[in-house]
Amino acid sequence: MRSEILLIIIGMGVVTYLPRCLPLFLLSRRPLPPWLIDWLDFIPAAILSALVLPAIMTAGEPRHIELFRPELWVTFPTLFFALKTKSLAGTVVIGMGLYWLASLFI
Amino acid sequence: MIPDDGRNRHVWRNAIKEGMKAAWPVCLGYIAIGLAFGVIARKAGFRPLEIGLMSLLVYAGSSQFIAAAMLGAGAGFLPIVLTTFSVNLRHILMSSSLSIHLRHLEARRLAIFAYGVTDESFAVNMTRFRQGCWGWRQALAVNHVANLTWVASTTAGGIGGQFIPSGAFGLDYALIAMFVCLLVFQLRGRIHVLVAILAGLLAVIIAVALPGNYYILAASFIAASAGLGLRKMKGFRSEKQGPS
Repeated sequence: MRSEILLIIIGMGVVTYLPRCLPLFLLSRRPLPPWLIDWLDFIPAAILSALVLPAIMTAGEPRHIELFRPELWVTFPTLFFALKTKSLAGTVVIGMGLYWLASLFI
Repeated sequence: MIPDDGRNRHVWRNAIKEGMKAAWPVCLGYIAIGLAFGVIARKAGFRPLEIGLMSLLVYAGSSQFIAAAMLGAGAGFLPIVLTTFSVNLRHILMSSSLSIHLRHLEARRLAIFAYGVTDESFAVNMTRFRQGCWGWRQALAVNHVANLTWVASTTAGGIGGQFIPSGAFGLDYALIAMFVCLLVFQLRGRIHVLVAILAGLLAVIIAVALPGNYYILAASFIAASAGLGLRKMKGFRSEKQGPS
């Protein structure tokens, strides 16, 4: 192992671990004000949506809006399936299958 | 709640089984992205052992891709580490949210748990915690099963990933499909739908306007704050009793 690469990896590890670790230690050890609990309650829905929409609607470098990728169009039936069945396994399998089919044709 | 002994083998075995059952979509996605990362990192000059070690010590997909690209372009220690830090700052929000479900967990367990917080493990664990019947052991199992998959598939990609056709079986869509379904689980009322729509639109706008991945942190922060404001203003209070 080359020492410069090792040093970079260790540095990356440290700065990645801190934001993962500090909030857990700071927040899990004290009573939280109700507004903060309410705020944190919105975070999962917000993060998931903020992850998905750019992933299906934007592409390229620099990023731009791109509406003709299979990612976007496959998401409509996938979302519909998820809403109807509430099945995680089913949604993942259906989504992958549709995406695979779509990339054969698009 | 499961009694908190920590050494009970039977309890652990069940928790690991449940964790593996919950983690499989994450693992599918990690195999696809991990193989791709291995191939790219190899091309950028990393050796397979270094790829595995990076996946073990850093364990954060997008920052690893960026680091490989930067190293390939000749960047050194400080720019790579600083970029990694800014790319992975978004985990602050996820760890903060998870802390609600890990109250008063022993420090050493919290320290191990923190290592495995990723976009994907957060999404799975947060959903399960909310549904109930989920403990820190199960959550830890999800983190580590996903982590093992990541380390193994990135290393494998570094060794022989160029022989695997990209886009096989729609694997590239596995994580998006998982996020879509987990998002559906989070939509427990009108206000959550509004917050999600706002976060998604903001994220698209910020993603197009600015490079990097600050859009996740910024859009979620703003949308959650707007949700809080809405709840206060409009008396959305009545919707508060969801399963929580």
